[in-house]
Amino acid sequence: MEWRDEGAVLSVRRHGESAAIVEIFTQEHGRHVGVVRGGAGRRMAPILQPGAQLAVTWKARLEDHIGSYTVEPVKSRAAQVMGDGLALAALGSVTALLSFTLPERETAPAVYAPTMALLDMLGDNPLWPLAYLRWELALLEDMGFGLDLTRCAVTGSREDLAYVSPRTGRAVSRGGAGDWADRLLPLPPSLLGQGPAETFEIAAGLRTTGHFLETWLAPALGGKPLPAARQRFVDAFARQSRSA
Amino acid sequence: MSDTPREIDALIEMMAKLPGLGPRSARRAVLHLIRKRGQLLMPLAQAMRAVADTARECLNCGNVATSDICPICTSEKRANGELCVVEEVADLWAMERSGHFKGRYHVLGGTLSALDAIGPEDLRIPKLISRIDSEGVTEVILALNATIDGQTTAHYISDQLQGRVSVTSLAQGVPVGGELDYLDDGTISAALRARKAF
Repeated sequence: MEWRDEGAVLSVRRHGESAAIVEIFTQEHGRHVGVVRGGAGRRMAPILQPGAQLAVTWKARLEDHIGSYTVEPVKSRAAQVMGDGLALAALGSVTALLSFTLPERETAPAVYAPTMALLDMLGDNPLWPLAYLRWELALLEDMGFGLDLTRCAVTGSREDLAYVSPRTGRAVSRGGAGDWADRLLPLPPSLLGQGPAETFEIAAGLRTTGHFLETWLAPALGGKPLPAARQRFVDAFARQSRSA
Repeated sequence: MSDTPREIDALIEMMAKLPGLGPRSARRAVLHLIRKRGQLLMPLAQAMRAVADTARECLNCGNVATSDICPICTSEKRANGELCVVEEVADLWAMERSGHFKGRYHVLGGTLSALDAIGPEDLRIPKLISRIDSEGVTEVILALNATIDGQTTAHYISDQLQGRVSVTSLAQGVPVGGELDYLDDGTISAALRARKAF
């Protein structure tokens, strides 16, 4: 068995003295694990950093085997995020959530493209927090838990959508919410593609996506808690939001 | 290993578990030790016995010591207000080899890691925060590895120490003797971002 592909490193785990088991989110083979000989060495350390883009060749005698990777660096993203604590936290959250949610060896094109776009933006483009929020929505949707933000679940209106129902994941307009507004989750306009993405809006959006990641997605994946890296990112973002 | 005596086999097996050694090299090393019994084997056995009896973790900084508090932490000369935070004891030893740093250390014992579920509570961060006040620390130098995990941990600690003390970190860029042609893209980018007036 042999194939070539391209993807981003999600995690690296030392294997023996010099090898590493590397988890890569590839374009055509999804989340895929393989052994990199010499992957724990000093020469490979800068190449095998989480988020780095690699061209890989995977080989194994049988398809079920873990196999081994030969890797070539395509793009290092470490330097662009290392100076930015929030972007680093976001990178940790992205890689941890992908490891947590994606099934192994199943292609995920609807998540791959937004993930690569987001990784390129982290620490480099000031709009990356909005891209991160939309990426979490895309992840939820790809995993079968998409939110319906097109119209109000109560009135059917497409106007003045301001909330999301925590039970159904459907949008609710301000008029439709009535007295129930304080029990609903916030739906920031930026999530609907409207207006500038203010920091407090992103923080509100993260609360909403976090609710569905925790109450819908995590239980469906065996009930394990969400990776702590996501909460660390949300906490760091909230701190920045308060100080902004 | 069937023809060798059981005790020697056991020694070879233990040696083979050391970093950098496999069964063949362990066998060679053991044979060498036996041949140099007086010069190597006995002194090595005594040294290992002594270390096994006395080596422990410094209760203050996490360094390896032979007493509850290591010599660096007990030395008044090192109480200059600077505290260098490192991931592992090996990093502390590397800093000491340079002979440049004259302050004290704090060994975290690892980095934040989503994969291994290592959170702040698993590292020695609360102890670090308590040392800031109790030892009159004026500057914390984050000497963590230039990896994603290392720098994530550095930023986390920096957030925790905000407003309490001055926090600095080691520079990143071209190593001494490094040639640009052989450097990876990330190092060149980091060096360019951290360029200084010449």
